[in-house]
Amino acid sequence: MFGDDVNTDLIIPGKYLELIDPEEMAEHAMEGIDPDFPKKIQEGDIVVGGTNFGCGSSREHAPLALKYAGIGAVIAESFARIYYRNSINIGLPALECPGITEAVEEGDTVEVDVAGGTVKITRTGAELSFTPLPDFMVEVLYDGGLVPYLKKNMETW
Amino acid sequence: MGKTISEKILARASGLEEASAGEIVKARVDVAMMPDLTTILAVKAMKAMGREKVWDNTKIVPILDHVAPASTLMAATIHRDIRAFVKEQEITNFYDVESGVCHQVLPEKGHVKPGYLVIGADSHTCTHGAFGAFATGVGSTDMGAILATGKIWLRVPETIKVQVDGALPELVAPKDVILKTAGLIGADGATYNALEFHGDTISDMSVSGRMTLCNMAIELGGKAGIVEPDEKTYAYLMERTDGVFDPVFADEDASYRMVQAVPVDDLEPQIACPHKVDNVKPISEVAGTAINQSFIGSCTNGRLEDLQVAASILKGKKINPDTRLLVVPASHEVYLDALEAGIIKTLVEAGAMFSNPSCGACFGGHIGLLAPGEVGLTTSNRNFQGRQGSPEAFVYLSSPAVAAASAVTGVITDPRDLR
Repeated sequence: MFGDDVNTDLIIPGKYLELIDPEEMAEHAMEGIDPDFPKKIQEGDIVVGGTNFGCGSSREHAPLALKYAGIGAVIAESFARIYYRNSINIGLPALECPGITEAVEEGDTVEVDVAGGTVKITRTGAELSFTPLPDFMVEVLYDGGLVPYLKKNMETW
Repeated sequence: MGKTISEKILARASGLEEASAGEIVKARVDVAMMPDLTTILAVKAMKAMGREKVWDNTKIVPILDHVAPASTLMAATIHRDIRAFVKEQEITNFYDVESGVCHQVLPEKGHVKPGYLVIGADSHTCTHGAFGAFATGVGSTDMGAILATGKIWLRVPETIKVQVDGALPELVAPKDVILKTAGLIGADGATYNALEFHGDTISDMSVSGRMTLCNMAIELGGKAGIVEPDEKTYAYLMERTDGVFDPVFADEDASYRMVQAVPVDDLEPQIACPHKVDNVKPISEVAGTAINQSFIGSCTNGRLEDLQVAASILKGKKINPDTRLLVVPASHEVYLDALEAGIIKTLVEAGAMFSNPSCGACFGGHIGLLAPGEVGLTTSNRNFQGRQGSPEAFVYLSSPAVAAASAVTGVITDPRDLR
């Protein structure tokens, strides 16, 4: 769980922008806040953020580092716009769910319905709802990102 | 219902009669700009989409600027690979490491026109709204899709109208206007929105100053920052483009999400304090804070008039021995103009270090890093924790006049107090 305004310099500092391999980016995920972050992650873990998550640079390294570190989705109070686009485009769900930081604690298990727009918290049984993504974005996510989506839909794009 | 500039440009780019805020459109891009550090991922994305050739070799503008010249083997390799890509794709507009910061080079070389849809793989692409374009930054996969198809999906943004009126006091700059605006609207107050800057202050402002305003739209969360084109815009672009313009203006009855008034008659120089761009205070509240380094440059404030005002303050003075002053012109053209105007001599005589045009000092790249515990004052656009080196350093944002005056005293200083 992270606070408000987690910026892209914290998610992956500028000195790693020369990296091209996402596995290498993943070794530095969240290095600006918690250098041990990649070691703590189990496949499918969810990052919870406050408002304006991912503000700052256009570096796609930021969602890529999180995705390849094993993160399955980021749920935040709100996202910065370029990070948001990048995350959807690389196939990492970015879900804007007001109230999430109050409703969950570090270590909680949650069940997320991306298309339906709900987050269920196992410990409390509480269910939060969020505005579901537009169909187009859900399709992009289900295809695994804009690359596989366009590969399939190039002719009609 | 009338339309905003963004609604009109995005409708035109999408081949629609009209488009309204909230709609998702597929728009055709007029110019696609890529700096060095995001290009290779974009090219990889294009190839992964099954395309070997770019959609239009005349509309893609790669610029090697972030690590220029290369300071590591990795950067050198990226540059080598981009040059090879440019040759392979027969790309006609390419700017190598000597050219300067992408957002300065793109309009200087005539690639931006009013009414254009400009997409760049860099967050400060919003700078080009200063010319009446809709310009926004995206990541590498978006850019890969553009390389492949020339198109991008965009949500048509709501618009915030920023109404700036009054005469700027002496040594109060466009940078102070946008920092003040950031303080009022907040670092995420314009998320997903476009900002339109209107008012007599904007009409009186130089093209360079308008670029400073639009450049920082992203720091308020904005998707674009736009100024309506006028005679100043056309005068700047006339000699740099074919001179044929198809401008777009906001309707009188356009629908805005909100109107933010920014009166400037009594505006003081503004400082954004660590570690958030909206942590903005008038200089009277932070004057006296000791600084280790002052940096004048970047796509926000590395233009000729920025260096000029710095030189006017530093002429005949010496910087404080405990303070470093780093000056980086935004482009080759700015560099040459500053050389001819004697500005560089004045700055270097005052004790400044002068570096070739690049983005390095702004984003904690290859020059001018801050050590743990150090304090930097910078004319660039971000004061995030860790932005300019150590996460334990402190970064303040200011105008070039404040950065120059503070280099002389070694503490944050109102430039009007030095005169």
